[in-house]
Amino acid sequence: MPVLIFIDQSEGQVKKASIEAICYGVAVAEQTGDTAEGVILGKVTDDIAALGKYGLQKIHHVDNEALNHFDAQVFTGAIAQVIDAIKSKVIIFSNNADGKHIAPRLSVKLKAGLVTGAVALPDTTNGFVVKKTVFSGKAFANIAINTDIKIIALNPNSYEITARGDAKAEILSFSAQVGATKVRVTGVNKVKGEVPLSEADIVVSGGRGLRGPENWGMIEELAKLLGAATACSRPVADAHWRPHHEHVGQTGLAIAPNLYIAIGISGAIQHLAGVNRSKTIVVINKDPEAPFFKAADYGIVGDAFEIVPKIIEEVKKLKGVA
Amino acid sequence: MKILVCISKSPDTTAKIAFTDNNTKFATDGVQWIINPYDEWYALVRAIELKEKDASTVIHLVTVGAADADPIIRKALALGGDEAIRVNADTNDSYFIATQIAEVAKQGGYDLVFTGKETIDFNGSSIGGMVAECLEAPYIALAIKFEVEGSKATVTREIEGGEEECEVNLPAVISCQKGMAEARIPNMRGIMAARTRPLKVVEPVAADHLTAVVNFELPPAKAGVKLVPADNPAELVRLLHEEAKVI
Repeated sequence: MPVLIFIDQSEGQVKKASIEAICYGVAVAEQTGDTAEGVILGKVTDDIAALGKYGLQKIHHVDNEALNHFDAQVFTGAIAQVIDAIKSKVIIFSNNADGKHIAPRLSVKLKAGLVTGAVALPDTTNGFVVKKTVFSGKAFANIAINTDIKIIALNPNSYEITARGDAKAEILSFSAQVGATKVRVTGVNKVKGEVPLSEADIVVSGGRGLRGPENWGMIEELAKLLGAATACSRPVADAHWRPHHEHVGQTGLAIAPNLYIAIGISGAIQHLAGVNRSKTIVVINKDPEAPFFKAADYGIVGDAFEIVPKIIEEVKKLKGVA
Repeated sequence: MKILVCISKSPDTTAKIAFTDNNTKFATDGVQWIINPYDEWYALVRAIELKEKDASTVIHLVTVGAADADPIIRKALALGGDEAIRVNADTNDSYFIATQIAEVAKQGGYDLVFTGKETIDFNGSSIGGMVAECLEAPYIALAIKFEVEGSKATVTREIEGGEEECEVNLPAVISCQKGMAEARIPNMRGIMAARTRPLKVVEPVAADHLTAVVNFELPPAKAGVKLVPADNPAELVRLLHEEAKVI
């Protein structure tokens, strides 16, 4: 009974969050003594057979015109048919936008217990227990799934991507009954060439200490040098200095990059809730009493307008950029 | 148009997170309770804005909880909403909760069900999708804009690295987040009016629990910040490169 991983794609390309889900699903399969298989929907341009290097043995590809645009109801129906055909008992999603649409629907459709926001492999020594974030990253809960079929949605940036050789996955065309779509996508507006915040390994974030939107040039420059996404605190988004989708914190996006650089952000508890799963936190703030320093790994007490340009110069040296 | 807004009670964003009973229960001593911010600021307020545009709109609120959720649902009624329904059940299982909300939705014949994108305690982001599947209705999550004309809604949702605009015929289930509406506070008139608005308590329908909380854990404490002098940013870059190995 293979572990089935939903491979999420955008414009034919597999998302990084899905590669994490694949690596996680392969590890779950090893733990339960099963194989790992994937399911991908719609037109694909990526070489998906190459995903075999992460340990996927087969990929079920449902290529149907109706699946080229995202409708959670239609996607759920197609995935449920694959699950039924291969008798999968454990299904893995990324807890990204598409995962948040599909996994809950599938949970009801299959009457399968769902844990979203998983951060570690399940404990299968006694039942099936999954660790997830709760209270917006301020704590974890261990949740037992008590149904025959189990669904896990893995938080992005919570599981390491590791290649396991150069095997190819077998691609199997799967013909599913696809229902009529009720959601018509009329426009997609993607910020081209920028790293999506939820998938970024490095995030450079600015707060009120930067005094105004005109001062974001150095934030953007540092982010670009580091291949990072930019983010901001809530007051900055509320003041419309930066777009809402950059707001990280309890009521914005919760992120878990490898490196979070907070510039001019004091670190209110609501902000920390959205970023405290970052692996390394750097805080630059002129106020030595800023609460963020207590949650940081590295810090500089001082004026961001003096320090950040110097950091940019040092990073340029490191990267060999003139 | 009839809108059902799902309301959840959650601890205040500044509440201290601690656990009791061998880490199996959230320590509620001294905790202030609020309406889950996503339910309030975005789902409920957007519904109120729609009613302000079209006075024939009816807003019902639903919560699944014990009697201690009543002050929260009254507060929601003070913001806006014609009546409220509390399904009398105390549980953390999202399938059970969604089944109850779907039952209320079926009985009320709503055009729209609004939820917040997640609760700030369990961060499940599951209720909307589960309710939609129970109702066999379309579901759009993480909505940042919502307009409706007749039986057609135009919704903008957040996707990785951008936004997607879509159209959907009602009835539909929508999960709401920042951008949908501007937060507002209840005024005295609303608070007074909320006292007279009906709050119906109904018993849950039979449903299974698919999951159970085993226990909670707090994250390990940070080792402490390593401060770098302000006149030596080169040292910070070196530490990030050589010690933390993140750049």
